[in-house]
Amino acid sequence: MLARAAESLFWLARYMERMDNLARLIEAAQSMAGVLSETEEWRSALTAAGVDQLYDQVHQAVTPENAARFLCTGASNPSAIISCLDMARLNARAMRGALTRDMWEAVNQGWLESRQLPENAFSAALLPDTLDWVRTISTRFSGAYETTMLRNENYWFTRLGTFLERADNTARILDVKYHLLLPQDSSGVGGMLDYYQWTSVLRAVSAVRAYQWVYREEVKPWNVAELLVLRPEMPRSLRACYDAITECLDELAASHGGRRGECHRIAGAIASQLRYGRIGDIFQSGLHEHLTQQIERAAELGDQIAAHYMR
Amino acid sequence: MVRQFFDDMHGTDGEVRAAYAEIAAWLAQTPAQTLSAKREEAERLFRRIGITFAVYTEGGDTERLIPFDIIPRVLDADEWTFLERGLKQRVTALNMFLADVYGAREIVRAGKLTNEHIDTHPAYCAYMQGVTPPGGVYTHIAGIDLVRTGVNDFYVLEDNCRTPSGVSYMLENRSVMMRLFPELFARINVEPVARYPQDLLRTLRSLAPGGEEPCVVVLTPGQFNSAYYEHSFLADEMGVELVEGIDLVVRDKKVFMRTTGGLKRVHVIYRRIDDDFLDPTVFRADSVLGAPGLMEAYRAGNVALANAPGAGIADDKAIYMHVPEMIRFYLGEEPILNNVPTWDCSNEGALAYVLDHLEELVVKETRGSGGYGMLVGPHATKKTRDAFAKKLRLNPAGYVAQPTLALSTCPTFVADGTAPRHVDLRPFVLSGADGMRIVPGGLTRVALTDGSLVVNSSQGGGTKDTWVLHTRQNGAK
Repeated sequence: MLARAAESLFWLARYMERMDNLARLIEAAQSMAGVLSETEEWRSALTAAGVDQLYDQVHQAVTPENAARFLCTGASNPSAIISCLDMARLNARAMRGALTRDMWEAVNQGWLESRQLPENAFSAALLPDTLDWVRTISTRFSGAYETTMLRNENYWFTRLGTFLERADNTARILDVKYHLLLPQDSSGVGGMLDYYQWTSVLRAVSAVRAYQWVYREEVKPWNVAELLVLRPEMPRSLRACYDAITECLDELAASHGGRRGECHRIAGAIASQLRYGRIGDIFQSGLHEHLTQQIERAAELGDQIAAHYMR
Repeated sequence: MVRQFFDDMHGTDGEVRAAYAEIAAWLAQTPAQTLSAKREEAERLFRRIGITFAVYTEGGDTERLIPFDIIPRVLDADEWTFLERGLKQRVTALNMFLADVYGAREIVRAGKLTNEHIDTHPAYCAYMQGVTPPGGVYTHIAGIDLVRTGVNDFYVLEDNCRTPSGVSYMLENRSVMMRLFPELFARINVEPVARYPQDLLRTLRSLAPGGEEPCVVVLTPGQFNSAYYEHSFLADEMGVELVEGIDLVVRDKKVFMRTTGGLKRVHVIYRRIDDDFLDPTVFRADSVLGAPGLMEAYRAGNVALANAPGAGIADDKAIYMHVPEMIRFYLGEEPILNNVPTWDCSNEGALAYVLDHLEELVVKETRGSGGYGMLVGPHATKKTRDAFAKKLRLNPAGYVAQPTLALSTCPTFVADGTAPRHVDLRPFVLSGADGMRIVPGGLTRVALTDGSLVVNSSQGGGTKDTWVLHTRQNGAK
């Protein structure tokens, strides 16, 4: 297939997934209002989204209203929810022929709806509804491609974009929260506040119920980390994402007569590290260091995928 | 009832013509409400498919639908046979003319045109001098605009030899009509047009340099071009890649496209970008729409371009007046289709006549298109005519003038019911190294404003499905 088509599908899927993750992140930040220091919670959301420095260039201080608006609307933030949707549609339209009709309609419909949002859609009162709408669009899109695309290269590149983006987001959310929650002294560990904070991590990846089903005990940091890094049955965990990524890359290699490159090697190395890793060892050598490495390697993997298939 | 214009359905005497018998009966028995509902349904279908047309001059939302009329235009089998012969003859002569312009220039030696006439022409492509494209064909896809003024009077209004648009409308109009009115197609034997994409693909493949299984692509300027929908539609229908300049790379005078599996050789390019943008090393250096080195690969015979660069010289409005002469000169035949008498304003005598008769004439810019920059004398105010006369005196060579033709009308479903509206017809003529192909029909454009003669979509025109009846129209049923 055309390299540019692969690139368009890959980025289309990344933007749709990024939107969804942003919505979850904002939801978690908002739900913590009143429990924690609001400012800290919103700053952590900005950091996890990777736009904290950009935010500081525009605003003097972190306030819930400003942070939410900044993360949602595209005026001064190219990684905001609305910017993602615009970029997704641009990619979809550039390669309409590579999309199924259902996929196109999911993206286009969402984009058309975004033009109709009320002025105050991102105010505290309406924010929960608006974020529900964002997640609906994203879900509609992934549902559309899962149910309508031929299992050919087009599909594998779309799926690759989804899971690489998701892996990156999960690692970022966990890292920032973990960093933020690192107790200054041990007195706070196990307290009520700690419980709420770790719950907010789970909430940001919609895993509160999943946690209960898997662990059936109170929320503990190493369980949360294990769930989001190593558990294969947790669909947003790094392990689950890399299982999907290696599957996509294997399928792509197969459709090119077995031709493999650096991207296959990197993905394979990360996947086996996650498959055979133990959470105790990871904590031993430092969860933050581990996650930082994951984020860097995800970026490198993205570059290598582009170098191998899209140029 | 005597009409001023020939009406495709009622002729000039008001009697329903044979070809329209079933349509007339259908219109008589279908309430306006039903037609109205069907029209809305058609519009919904077009919007959902996303067949939009970009308008550059308006601010804000620039994507809009071309209005579609649900009453088809009908041509009987004999009419079509006649048109088809005329179209093939005309496009054959146009291709011979182009080969001559870029070759021996017999037509200059015969004294019909001057070298200066050719060399100074803006659409003349000096780079093509001495280059012979595959099969000697230059205009592989030609759109010939026809109008009718009487039962047997068809005129060619314009030849479009570069990259004519509209074929996607011809095909989508038909599929929407078949969906809305299956019962009509069951009753009336209409020639299908659906094979056009396959005909186009065969035509393009016939141009491929030999040796390998040919790879055909459609080259588009991208999603912001007004005809982008058509480009992607044709690529999809033919099952070939829709590429942009950035997808192409030239190595060793061969063209390749960047795929996920590396570079893949391209043999035939159906380009929907203008000559000037094809290759920045030869034409406009600032263009990013084409591919550097493309023309060298073309000249080496390693890739075919449809249509050939420089083909535009054959569709110029000042060259148009010489087409009947070309047909006699190259083919030794009398033209089958009429030309509209044309005054070339660069000629002093002609200019004087045109200035004296502005209120009867249509004056067009020779380089203009899309109905822009023209004067329809009888419909213009004196003030407009005077202003136009000034422009004409300043740059006489930029204009030609023609009598205002009494364009035929077709019954059209408008706000207050069914009413006659002026139409033209653009059939698409395919010329490959292996011969010519035309699907029966074409794009009928209709001026939706009462009395208007301007059918261009950029000027508020609409389209209709065009039905060519099969010979057995009143056969078994």
